[in-house]
Amino acid sequence: MKRIYAREEYCLGCRLCEINCLVKRSKSRKIIKAFRKERDSIVPGIQVEEGERVSFALQCRHCVDAPCIEACITGAMHRDSESGAIVCDEERCVGCWSCIMVCPAGAVRRGRERRVASKCDLCMGESTPVCVEGCPNEALIYEDR
Amino acid sequence: MRKWLVQPDFVVERDPERCIQCQVCVRQCANDVHSYDPEDELVSSDSATCVGCHRCATLCPTGAISIREAELEFHPNANWTAWTIRNIYKQAESGGVLLTGMGNDRPYVNYWDRMVLNASQVTNPSIDPLREPMELVTYLGRKPDQIEFDRSNGGYSVKTELATQLELQIPVMFSAMSYGSISLNASVALARAAAEAGTFANSGEGGLHRDIYPYSKNMIVQVASGRFGVDVEYLNRAAAVEIKIGQGAKPGIGGHLPAQKVDRAVSETRMIPEGTDALSPAPHHDIYSIEDLRQLIFAIKEVTHYEKPVSVKISAVHNVAAIASGCVRAGADIVAMDGLLGGTGAAPTMIRNNVGIPIAVALAAVDSRLREEGIRNRASLVVAGGFRSSADIVKAIALGADAVYIGTGALVAMGCHLCQKCYTGKCNWGIATQDPYLTKRLNPDVATRRLGNLLRGWALEIKEMLGGMGINAIESLRGNREHLRGVGLSESELEVLGIKPAGVGA
Repeated sequence: MKRIYAREEYCLGCRLCEINCLVKRSKSRKIIKAFRKERDSIVPGIQVEEGERVSFALQCRHCVDAPCIEACITGAMHRDSESGAIVCDEERCVGCWSCIMVCPAGAVRRGRERRVASKCDLCMGESTPVCVEGCPNEALIYEDR
Repeated sequence: MRKWLVQPDFVVERDPERCIQCQVCVRQCANDVHSYDPEDELVSSDSATCVGCHRCATLCPTGAISIREAELEFHPNANWTAWTIRNIYKQAESGGVLLTGMGNDRPYVNYWDRMVLNASQVTNPSIDPLREPMELVTYLGRKPDQIEFDRSNGGYSVKTELATQLELQIPVMFSAMSYGSISLNASVALARAAAEAGTFANSGEGGLHRDIYPYSKNMIVQVASGRFGVDVEYLNRAAAVEIKIGQGAKPGIGGHLPAQKVDRAVSETRMIPEGTDALSPAPHHDIYSIEDLRQLIFAIKEVTHYEKPVSVKISAVHNVAAIASGCVRAGADIVAMDGLLGGTGAAPTMIRNNVGIPIAVALAAVDSRLREEGIRNRASLVVAGGFRSSADIVKAIALGADAVYIGTGALVAMGCHLCQKCYTGKCNWGIATQDPYLTKRLNPDVATRRLGNLLRGWALEIKEMLGGMGINAIESLRGNREHLRGVGLSESELEVLGIKPAGVGA
């Protein structure tokens, strides 16, 4: 399946991926409104990790053998049969955070608006995830490896 | 805070209605213009160090940043302009030489803007390049005085031994820009783009980094006064060798890559100790005459088994025609000339702005002189220094050039915004810097694609212009000054350029 891969050698650490993700997840989908009104309630599904002079954007790896699915006590965390992406069914999630405990990449985070797990869903419905589309240096690529 | 007389060049304005405090600008500015105060949860800007490179404004996701020239007006004075006054303030403060980067920014006459091209109407048909073949292939190198054929065995075969030629799919090459003055990512992108487009990039005097070896068949390597990175392998790896005598931005003076920029990779490539200044002397210490130049040309030819064309690059100066003639007689297969608008990574401002002559007049003078002397065929002419568009290139070829070097244009294609601060090593676009935090901003895949697109776009435009003139091969335009007319030029300028004024027919 297609996944998002980071090329840390070209990551600027500008965090535009986080910003684009946040806008995509907002209700208004308008950047200024999203930041003014919804910033505190949205958790971007991507996060730039930085240390010294290295930076790269990290998001769910959509593992073949996914510990979060194994650990989920309600079956909310599941693999989308069509895209292969791992997604959380917010209706079933009870916010026990088992997925956060087991995720080897630290890519699952707590939702702010609701007490549910929040993670990258590969922008279901978009041909290219918005973080990849908006990266100014093509440091994120979306491909089948 | 200490006050000094030099006021900021630019004012950075942030539209509070649009700013979302995302801090992209803070993370992108190497000059620390933008900062975030976590206490106030507010991004603010200090214009004092802004160089006007537009990095922040380009990456701002909401378009909240605008940058304009500082409007601190001095009392109007045609001679003592704000620029001259500020320069004096700077020097009174520093006691040093004014430094700058990129090409001459003074409003000299740009001769390409004073020449117009011809087109076919009624009595001769124009050609549609989308329907008919159009040839841009250019060969650089020594052409024989005459060609002898062997007509035995009933057929024809060429008896004359032809000198090695560089084959260019488009008469545009990338100018000499050394690894050291520009980042490795930028160097690799130029080499790759040249290889993909079927043309050549020039290593500059910084040696050839290992990562460029795969593209070395499309590289011209330089032998400059500092002899950095020069050995037998370096010379033989490339397609051609260029002896750099001068550079348009700084004729008559040498170069200085500061020790801070000479990191391990640069030191290995230049073959000098790490952390030492890379000093290029003003003259080659072994060249004080045309005869000396001939010795070096033939030393290089010996080493490269007479398989590589040897180019000599000179700055366009007053006596350029005689100098170029000497270079050709010394054995140069290509003479490259860099004019008044030629770029640089670092040069004294006064030298850059005031020394040398415009490339158009130099080209016309040299082409005419070599023709008069009957030696034009012995060397190809490559011109450089301020070529901004395909039209400039077509005009140069009509004026007598074989091909054109572009440096600034190529950098702009990669993202350069001509802020002229290359010499600070803090290029926010990741081009003219060795800072690993900044160099990674230039993804060579992206830069290669952009360079390739530029060459492709220019090739299409050149073909359109040729077709309009009813010409189907660039060879037929070369030195064909009948296709040029001057607009707003004095009689003496027209005479030097060897063209007629607009309105005068064939």
